[in-house]
Amino acid sequence: MNIVVLIKQTFDTEAKIAIKEGKIVADGVTQIINPYDEFALEEALRIKEKSGGDVLVVSAGGEKVKEALRSALAMGADRALLVETEGAAVDEGIVASALAKAISGLSYNLVLSGWKAIDDNSAQVGGRVAETLGLPQVNVVTQLTIEDGKALAVREVEGGTETVEVPLPALITAQRGLNEPRYPNMRGIMQAKKKELKVVTLSELGVSGAPQVAVKNVVLPPAKQAGKLFRDDVATSVAQLVQALRNEAKVI
Amino acid sequence: MAKVWVVVEAKEGQIKKVTYEMIGLASQLGEVEAVVVGSGVKDLAPGLGAYGVGKVYVVDQPELAEYTTARYTRVLAELIGQEQPAKVLIANTAQGRDFAPRVAQRLGLGQISDVTGYEQGQFVRPIYSGKALAQAEAVAAQAIITVRPNVFNAVSAGAGTAEVVERTVALQPNDLLEVVREVAKQVSVRPELTEANIICSGGRGLKEPANFKLIEDLADVLGAAVGASRAAVDAGWRHHSFQVGQTGKTVSPQVYFAIGISGAIQHLAGMGSSKVIVAINKDPEANIFKVADYGIVGDLFEVVPVLTEELRKALA
Ligand SMILES: Cc1cc2nc3c(=O)[nH]c(=O)nc-3n(C[C@H](O)[C@H](O)[C@H](O)COP(=O)(O)OP(=O)(O)OC[C@H]3O[C@@H](n4cnc5c(N)ncnc54)[C@H](O)[C@@H]3O)c2cc1C
Ligand SMILES: Cc1cc2nc3c(=O)[nH]c(=O)nc-3n(C[C@H](O)[C@H](O)[C@H](O)COP(=O)(O)OP(=O)(O)OC[C@H]3O[C@@H](n4cnc5c(N)ncnc54)[C@H](O)[C@@H]3O)c2cc1C
Repeated sequence: MNIVVLIKQTFDTEAKIAIKEGKIVADGVTQIINPYDEFALEEALRIKEKSGGDVLVVSAGGEKVKEALRSALAMGADRALLVETEGAAVDEGIVASALAKAISGLSYNLVLSGWKAIDDNSAQVGGRVAETLGLPQVNVVTQLTIEDGKALAVREVEGGTETVEVPLPALITAQRGLNEPRYPNMRGIMQAKKKELKVVTLSELGVSGAPQVAVKNVVLPPAKQAGKLFRDDVATSVAQLVQALRNEAKVI
Repeated sequence: MAKVWVVVEAKEGQIKKVTYEMIGLASQLGEVEAVVVGSGVKDLAPGLGAYGVGKVYVVDQPELAEYTTARYTRVLAELIGQEQPAKVLIANTAQGRDFAPRVAQRLGLGQISDVTGYEQGQFVRPIYSGKALAQAEAVAAQAIITVRPNVFNAVSAGAGTAEVVERTVALQPNDLLEVVREVAKQVSVRPELTEANIICSGGRGLKEPANFKLIEDLADVLGAAVGASRAAVDAGWRHHSFQVGQTGKTVSPQVYFAIGISGAIQHLAGMGSSKVIVAINKDPEANIFKVADYGIVGDLFEVVPVLTEELRKALA
């Protein structure tokens, strides 16, 4: 079973956001593997532990992304591939085309990704990669069984779940609940240094094109006005709250 | 005028509210047309005229009874290819966000996801879990826009019927690879988190699972959905599908009650766009009070039962 896992490096979830000239400032911000991609990677490692095979992690980004790939290798991935996009203007379509191109010649049974990146939040790359590779997909998956050349995946929908079966190869996007990702141990971290980490550029892949979406500006959300705190005895506070919700906010 | 499509989302024969919200946005962008896809859905089409939709394309085929990615992608990509609308609005729901990027990639289109605003020709979308807002536009005339539910005002019904155009789309063998084995509905009388007008969420402050009853009682008085912080989910008090936050659901109800929740940045990521936030916490320094519109500083075990009673009386 050969598995490809797409991972994106994102800001740490605690990171404060600073904006300069309409762009997010990344300098000095701690970077992590996108949390949903950790679920994807953990699932790949578990499948490999059960049925053998090879786990390749692929990420598109700049030089710094190698840190995320090393962490993934330390968790247990076998090999890593960086699709170098340093300085290029890319949107979801270009990133997905590049990732798809990078893996299209490989032999794989399963592609796993996160369902969305917590930074850019577009939830597009998984679907776009699946489309380019001509793979069936199951999105936002919380339970996955691989058997007899098929994937049986439970996906979250409003008010319930759907269990969907697709033939392999397929692309599955991970949602929280799928598993609990492991932490890399010392041995893993040492071994990661010796594992293969290849780099391929956009031009080597023959991927070009201008973004279809132009981000004109990035701003901080408008600051919230200070709220009203009720701190009298319980009965008074509750009465004040109910009154405020009914007559001031008019929401109840 | 540019044609702007709204892809109707319906469930069990009922058009979902987000559809009317999208029609509201679409009417700011051009001439509104709609698309209805499914099996036995034809009857939904004419009534859309009352909401300002001029023309409705209907693809009503038995193979579309269940939602699958490949079938919906085929249908939408074909229709868009034939009719060339300028913008296609799709709900940012489990279904919409599943097929939208595949359609975009098939047609080589840009997609602006999870839009929460439209100002001066720019689509506004929260990024970095709502810690920033991006203002974006499509470079080409044609693009897909996915729209966050519960944010735009729904249009209300007037008079009029829409012109209905029926189409058939030939599905390819590859479109039939997915098989839906089971559809499980949560057995809950409460509204779904991402669709609810009011949400009551509980956190670690509840101390033990049985105490979630307090939150449920409050929710039932308000007809609200129940949510939870990750701490409450990790402790096993609530299934992860109830989790609100960065690695949980993104919600934007009219009112969000955060009870015994400290307001960690990852929790705020999921509910920061709620219209009114109410916090109940015994710690006056709790972070949640920084974003709350109203707060009660007190012991939730004393406050919540009284609040539930008062609301019961007020709403009676
Ligand atoms: C320097 C820079 C310039 C940019 N310029 C533009 C621009 O001009 N216009 C514009 O619209 N956007 C721009 N972006 C944003 C960029 O389009 C997105 O980061 C990218 O398209 C992925 O979208 P997303 O992060 O929302 O991923 P999602 O679609 O939310 O990600 C879903 C899943 O896909 C996988 N995935 C996503 N991205 C990667 C990746 N890079 N490598 C491996 N796997 C991945 C992960 O598994 C992830 O969980 C820019 C970003 C950068 C860093
Ligand atoms: C990668 C990552 C992703 C995450 N994603 C999410 C996410 O999606 N959603 C999420 O919620 N969290 C998420 N977290 C976790 C988050 O950082 C917090 O740990 C979590 O939100 C805390 O939950 P809590 O507020 O219930 O618990 P606590 O922080 O422990 O707060 C409990 C609160 O209850 C109050 N309290 C206690 N007793 C009472 C009482 N008797 N009456 C009134 N108040 C009382 C306390 O004063 C305190 O403020 C994530 C963390 C990481 C690292």
